[in-house]
Amino acid sequence: MPKTTIKTSRAYEHLLGIENLSVENITAILDLAEGYIEKNRQVDKKHVILKGRTLINLFFENSTRTRMSFELAGKRLGADVINMSVASSSVKKGETLIDTAMTINAMHPDFIVVRHPESGAVHLLSHKVNCAVINAGDGSHEHPTQALLDALTIRRKKGRIAGLKVAICGDIIHSRVARSNILLLKKMGAEVNIVAPATLMPPRPEKLGAKVFYNMREAIKDCDIIMMLRIQMERMESNFIPSVREYFHFYGLDESKLSLAKPDALIMHPGPINRGVEIDTRLADDLNRSVILEQVEMGVAVRQAVLEILSKKL
Amino acid sequence: MKQTFNLPTRADNTTKKTAYINARILDPETGLDIQGQLLTIGNKIADFGEKIFDGKISEEIEIIDCKGHLLTPGLLDIQVHFREPGQEYKETIETGTRSAAAGGVTSVVCMPNTKPVIDEVAVVEFLNQRARKTGFINVYSYGAISKGMKGEALTEMGLLKEAGVVGFTDDGLPVMNALLMRRALAYARELDMVVAQHAEDLNLSAGGCMNEGEVSARLGLAGIPNASEAVIVERDIILAELTGGKYHVLHISTAEAVDAVRRAKKKGLRVTAEAAPHHFCLNDEAIGEYRTFCKMNPPLRAEKDRIAIIEGLKDGTIDAIATDHAPHDEESKRVPMSQAAFGIVGLETMLPLSLELYHNKTMNLRDLFAAMTYKPADIINIPAGRIKKGAIADLTLIDLDVEWEIQPDDFMSKSHNSPFDNWKTRGRAIMTVVGGDVVYRCE
Repeated sequence: MPKTTIKTSRAYEHLLGIENLSVENITAILDLAEGYIEKNRQVDKKHVILKGRTLINLFFENSTRTRMSFELAGKRLGADVINMSVASSSVKKGETLIDTAMTINAMHPDFIVVRHPESGAVHLLSHKVNCAVINAGDGSHEHPTQALLDALTIRRKKGRIAGLKVAICGDIIHSRVARSNILLLKKMGAEVNIVAPATLMPPRPEKLGAKVFYNMREAIKDCDIIMMLRIQMERMESNFIPSVREYFHFYGLDESKLSLAKPDALIMHPGPINRGVEIDTRLADDLNRSVILEQVEMGVAVRQAVLEILSKKL
Repeated sequence: MKQTFNLPTRADNTTKKTAYINARILDPETGLDIQGQLLTIGNKIADFGEKIFDGKISEEIEIIDCKGHLLTPGLLDIQVHFREPGQEYKETIETGTRSAAAGGVTSVVCMPNTKPVIDEVAVVEFLNQRARKTGFINVYSYGAISKGMKGEALTEMGLLKEAGVVGFTDDGLPVMNALLMRRALAYARELDMVVAQHAEDLNLSAGGCMNEGEVSARLGLAGIPNASEAVIVERDIILAELTGGKYHVLHISTAEAVDAVRRAKKKGLRVTAEAAPHHFCLNDEAIGEYRTFCKMNPPLRAEKDRIAIIEGLKDGTIDAIATDHAPHDEESKRVPMSQAAFGIVGLETMLPLSLELYHNKTMNLRDLFAAMTYKPADIINIPAGRIKKGAIADLTLIDLDVEWEIQPDDFMSKSHNSPFDNWKTRGRAIMTVVGGDVVYRCE
């Protein structure tokens, strides 16, 4: 049987990572997103920009906020949104990623939003469909809309990104959020520190473009932004770190460590947070310092902006 | 021979002054080797030199006449088993530190194979407290690499460090899982702590009870091949290179492993090694007719290995001498070879046995004492083993030439399992000073 491939007949633009975005691309997305923030706070949030378009959320990994955020973004722009979760799909029956992609593609969607536990899976899928593919997180590789919403949060709170000092703390080796954020923040002219136990730092970490620390106190000294990463419980079981208690003692964000950052430093976290593991529960709730819920709000606006920009290329 | 012991005061605020006069002062780090005087104030070395007192020494200063004997930094033994908590019938911190003081040793590092294992902060704090109350000398300890030394889950290394451990090892239960070893080396690297390995591939040892070779063939005993040690050392060195971690080989015993460490050092890796006196004094022939007092792990090896250990000490490949002081009651040894416990006591024989290398002109005093002072101190990263102004006044006074016979029954240790009974030796500690206080004197 001949191998079936789908020829892309149009020049589709995807959002697969921050890596290929220019400073202008990023700025354009953030500028456009600004406009949606206010509209999302109105009673009538509906637009018709994506009327008639179809968006499929294809999530091979559990997610609440990202999936809902894309769903809301699509619906508020007038698109038809379908959520496909792997648990109840043919993937469970053994369908390959490419077959799933081609099956969905045959239904003529305009956007596929994909989350997958394997790095690179979203890229692979993007070659097999003729619609716009948005990476909603692939393995330990990238999570571009998270970095964009973080950037929007920072820009609104601090008025700029360039020149800020940002510390990204925690499970760097496994974090797609860290990778996308390092790329974006460096492009936008921020100074980025990364800090993790040696077991959770990738090899040659300096090559990522950030300044490397193993001591949390040194890493967050004089920083404007402290970005905490979620630590997965399975890291304990596989001996990356000895225990929650020890992790929190050395790498958890608490008042004592935070006092070394700038007095007006902001705390960010991509969520969901582990209270008492990577962040002290009171700090997470401190509305003067923590912008964790604002990040969620910015997420919808940023995704609306991304959908709008990609729709113009369709 | 009259031996007296005193617990140190451990006070750092006293102004007690002691002058050591007519001493041959040796500091292995700087190479200083002079006939001179040394003054301690409180627990610190205040001054030393050929002549630091002009005329009569004031009456407030206690004078100790060293009669020309050798005054060195207090000796370290970075591998001992004091069996407390858990097997106090074999040894305690009190008897173990008494034994150390009698051997001229002022600092020891306890292995974590106590019951319970030193894998939790609470155990370290218990040891610290017992050492403060009952210890004649400074007692440090290793923490375990894995919980219960089971080779499965990492201990809370950072918290253990804060509690005071000076390194990590799973002692006689080597880390067989290379991934766990990688994680341990990487994690400990950022704590600036050493990961020490009893290098033995347990699959290769296959329950052996002595060196695999001619002697084991003759005696019909199951052997532990040299490869058992070498493959783990080679593997760990590769992991040390991968992680940038600090790696230490405990009681190295084979020519192959010494060679591996030599190559690693040449490469600039952070790899160190220690050797036990029995591995450079004896070979597996000493087992004779199934002498269980010659059973230890790693086992006494072939003559070529013994020579390789001495070569390693001479060229600095082996950084330190450490005894693996392993007290066992007689019942643990009065059984067939294969069932006997591994290990011998060593604290009271380390110095005379090591001095054989000096008396037979194999090593000079400076290099020999380096392996018992600042070099082991550097492995565990403690500020000891040096004679310098402001340093803690831990000192050992040694009569280099006194001839005596080792009699294990006279040991201060609770256990007397030593193969060196009736050995004729030259040289011994005649005074041991901990923090400016004389804790041991032999007249």
